Amino acid sequence: MLLQRLSDARGVSGKEDAVREIILDEIRTHVDEYRVDNIGNLIATVHASGGTEKPHRVMVDAHMDEVGLMITQVDKNGMLRFRPVGGIDPRVLPAKRVLIGQDAIPGVIGIKAVHLVTREEAEKVIKFDQLYIDIGAKKKEEAQEVIRLGDVASFVTQSRLLGRTVMGKAFDDRVGCAVLAELVKERYPIELVAVFSVQEEVGTRGARVAAYDIEPEVAIALEGTICDDLPRKEDVTPVTQMGHGPAITKMDRSLVCDRRLVDLLVRVATEIEIPYQFKAPGLGGTDAGAIHLVREGVPAVAVSVPARYIHTPVSFISLDDFENAVKLMKEALRRLDAEFPWGERMQ
Amino acid sequence: MELDKLLQELCDASGISGYEGAVRELVADAMRSYVDEMRTDAMGNLIGLRRGFGEEPRKKVMLAGHMDEIGLIVSQIEKGFLRFTQVGGYDARVLPGQEVLVHGKIPLPGIVAARPPHVLTPEERKKVIKMRELFVDVGLPPEEVETQVNVGDLITLHAPYTALRNKRATAKAFDDRAAVASILLCLEELSSMRHSWDVFAVATVQEEVGLRGAITSTFGVFPDIGIAIDVTHGDTPGVPETETVEIGGGPSITVGPNIHPKVYEALVETAKRYEIPYQVEAAPGRTGTDAWAIQVTRSGVPTGLLGIPTRYMHAPVETIELTDVRRTGRLLALTIAHLDEVDLSR
Repeated sequence: MLLQRLSDARGVSGKEDAVREIILDEIRTHVDEYRVDNIGNLIATVHASGGTEKPHRVMVDAHMDEVGLMITQVDKNGMLRFRPVGGIDPRVLPAKRVLIGQDAIPGVIGIKAVHLVTREEAEKVIKFDQLYIDIGAKKKEEAQEVIRLGDVASFVTQSRLLGRTVMGKAFDDRVGCAVLAELVKERYPIELVAVFSVQEEVGTRGARVAAYDIEPEVAIALEGTICDDLPRKEDVTPVTQMGHGPAITKMDRSLVCDRRLVDLLVRVATEIEIPYQFKAPGLGGTDAGAIHLVREGVPAVAVSVPARYIHTPVSFISLDDFENAVKLMKEALRRLDAEFPWGERMQ
Repeated sequence: MELDKLLQELCDASGISGYEGAVRELVADAMRSYVDEMRTDAMGNLIGLRRGFGEEPRKKVMLAGHMDEIGLIVSQIEKGFLRFTQVGGYDARVLPGQEVLVHGKIPLPGIVAARPPHVLTPEERKKVIKMRELFVDVGLPPEEVETQVNVGDLITLHAPYTALRNKRATAKAFDDRAAVASILLCLEELSSMRHSWDVFAVATVQEEVGLRGAITSTFGVFPDIGIAIDVTHGDTPGVPETETVEIGGGPSITVGPNIHPKVYEALVETAKRYEIPYQVEAAPGRTGTDAWAIQVTRSGVPTGLLGIPTRYMHAPVETIELTDVRRTGRLLALTIAHLDEVDLSR
């Protein structure tokens, strides 16, 4: 499955090449044109159906990059020191396996044997500057033969299908990429510009420059978003719930979504009878936030597939949510041309 | 014997204390051609006998390496999520974000849930998550989880064997399957040596929960000498050198009250004679290994202990150097071949 191949691919922010290749292979024959821009975004266009001379232009974005680690130092004993690329809780790192750099050198994040840990120590979070990667090298020079400063490390997780659940890494946002790769296989009354963007995790940087070039009239960001639905004592929001349908964002830390787009998505979901949910407001940000501020502003919204445990080595999504996100988006793109109040100002 | 393949097979298999069956099958397959007899005792220990060339009655040496690994066990099911406790001892800090295999009616891959950083408060980020606050998620609807999983089902960590540089490798259960492999290597070496003693190669069970397999198997074999092989702490950043030995520096030979001085000397002398690198480890009391149980079996057994240097013990990324396993096997075989020269009187 494309989604699983995308999950297995390594593409830490700034080094998305492998992911881009997989996507390009998948979409090449379906799109009318494509290019890779200066920052590394893959921009593919599907012309409008019906031969309108100036069709409305809609940008749909999904980011290719994932969080990871960057090697910042090689110690005398051959151990590698690192810093996070994107948001990672250091508490998920001890005793995990990683692959480093272009040649995918395997390594492990070491931790003192439990027998040597004092009770006090066991209650302390191990911070980034105390963590290190062991590749089996005996000294600095030897490690330097295969590792360069600035090399990025990604988690080692093989995607697996468990019934209607998919396990894997980087569903933030390879699941968005997989949805978008499906969308370009159809022609719509609008011109669809599909942007597989870079560097979302370090500040939504790819989407911003893509949107500048494209000048879309409407933008939709596809995400694999926070799903925090573990049992708990207090009544706090799970943000989204796995298996409850695609999540529509009304507001997050990066934007207030265009109400007309939100309404249209809700109408579509209701009419084609697929489940949907609203993402709890105020948490996370997406490329939609960067896009909606480009030039004189772009009406934008985000549609997400709930993904448990994002930004950790391994996560889950529901295949039903994924398929429903594709259905919702396809139908919305079919109707946008007729149902969106193009050119009208927000009331 | 292809050591990397053997270690991969042994370590990737699941065998939490008390449930070593799958590992035992693998060890039995690897051992069969080197021994004259093989049996499994009531506790589940696998005991192979390779007869010596001496006159009967022959003396007996027993080698013990444990097959069991530490793991987790389901303690409660809550809305389809599994609460768990441990079998043996983990540092809870290695668990969040860890892939696991839940041994329910069918094996179910799962995740030790770690909440995304986006939702964590600054206060939460500062705290180590206690084991009783963690969940395993198998990604299935709650009703399906209820039919597949029961309280008491075991959970192993999913951390496949991976080769690193310098013939080093990482896996979840070098403790103590690296030692089991060294015993198999020893048997292979012995097949081209003349040894007068009978050799009992024992893959023990339930070491991690109280050296239990060693207690019964040593009683059954009642050897003249018992040698336990376990892992020992390898050099690790942040740990004083006095607490560790060097990985790649050869097996450690333990000395102390748990160890018979003549057995210790025999191991050291052999290492010197055959130029096998070794490191001495001084243990002032409990060694926490099968050697501790072997020593006080029946009327007492002269005991030795070898350690395979291992980094990150009891984490799912235990790291060793394969050369140390080979040297351990060779040191054992050569020591056994010269046991007639050992005088055990004190």
